[in-house]
Amino acid sequence: MTKASGTPGPAPGPVSPVYLDSASSEPLHPAAREVLLAALDQGYADPRRLHGPARSARLLLDNAREVVAGCLGVRRDEVTFTSSGTEAVHRGLLGLAEARARTGGTVVASAVEHSSVLHAAGWAAERTARRGAGQGVQPVLVPVDRLGRVDVDALTAAASGDGIAAVAVQAANHEVGTLQPVAEIGERLDGVPLFVDACASAGRLPLPAGWSAAAASAHKWGGPAGAGVLLVRKGVRWTNPFPGDDRVDERSSGFENVPAALAAAAALQAVVAERDELAVHQATLVDRIRRRVAEIPDVEVVGDPEARLPHLVTFSCLYVDGEALVTELDRRGFGVASGSACTASTLEPSHVLSAMGVLTHGNVRVSLTRDTTEAEVEAFLAALPEVVRGIRAEAGLP
Amino acid sequence: MTADLELDCRGMLCPMPVIELGRHLADVPLGGTVAVIATDVAARVDVPAWCRLRGQEYVGEDAADDGTPRYVVRRVT
Repeated sequence: MTKASGTPGPAPGPVSPVYLDSASSEPLHPAAREVLLAALDQGYADPRRLHGPARSARLLLDNAREVVAGCLGVRRDEVTFTSSGTEAVHRGLLGLAEARARTGGTVVASAVEHSSVLHAAGWAAERTARRGAGQGVQPVLVPVDRLGRVDVDALTAAASGDGIAAVAVQAANHEVGTLQPVAEIGERLDGVPLFVDACASAGRLPLPAGWSAAAASAHKWGGPAGAGVLLVRKGVRWTNPFPGDDRVDERSSGFENVPAALAAAAALQAVVAERDELAVHQATLVDRIRRRVAEIPDVEVVGDPEARLPHLVTFSCLYVDGEALVTELDRRGFGVASGSACTASTLEPSHVLSAMGVLTHGNVRVSLTRDTTEAEVEAFLAALPEVVRGIRAEAGLP
Repeated sequence: MTADLELDCRGMLCPMPVIELGRHLADVPLGGTVAVIATDVAARVDVPAWCRLRGQEYVGEDAADDGTPRYVVRRVT
């Protein structure tokens, strides 16, 4: 066979692909892999039954709960395993709102929450309207500054209004890495429960104080997919917003994924043990990316340069098509995410970048895994200026 | 709002409206205005962000006769 003319030759770049999208999903931690395989053999039975295999499954599930509680600094009875981070968000936020249905159905949230939070907030409003208890109820979205940090004064003012069911603020932003002042918000809220989406930060940073309910997702810290964690603070009013079930944990429904829960716990334990060292390593590499990317003409690094996640950096390249950028980087072996409209299924630009007022096109999010090396970062930094230049040249720009 | 130059970017996807703006700003004198008419929703964020990055003045948004959003920029450098 002859090579078709016009087919691009092998792309320059690293021999093996460099995955720089851990904020979407971190590769499975080696500690989780071993535990997962063992638990698949030992944790298959129904943990509610009274026979030997069931007792084994129950023991593994209780063990997973104990480990997760210890790693997150919470009580065992505050931990519920869910089937995903999104399910934990939905149950957490909607359960707080459900318990305050008589007060109202309005959720106050930062404008840069994860879409799962915004969808849940919209759902709470619709549910209130269906009950005839508040026609036209809408979530209140609180603005953020250019760095993506929520306006705490505006948030607390909105939370003191009538009909507020709950406030939702993320621990850290999943797209730009900016940390939110959760503890300060928790102190300033007067009786309104605070839901904290900790999916982007859990395992990487300690859980901030001040939450009434919180959510985390195992595959973001190196656990398996299909395992989320819902936390409900002891003494907080939470009412199941969905049909009940008769499982081990009254806050969950469906057959427990015991192997995934145990593997999630093992990964979390390993990640928490190594995070101080890893965070320094990752923050150093991210600082380097921030500095070097900003040297490319017309590239703006976005997100808080100080109060941020250690492993994540986002930037936007003026006049560059985000899809072309992601595709060309992929051709060269670099897997990155983008918040640009042309890369989204909705064709809408990222609501996070929009709320921050930063360029939504030409956007790239780089997030490091625990294995990302300095050499891989250097290879990326060597390739990027050429890729950006090439796309601009194709658009007829100098 | 009046504008010294109108750029018809209907149907263009990001980043084309902003590329057009960058290409044609110098066509108006200092203090002059350019209006970008764009159907792409990203332009609502990207035109003001472009102004900030380029040190130009974002005047505001109105609508063209057919209702398409129109973003007005004043050349200040």
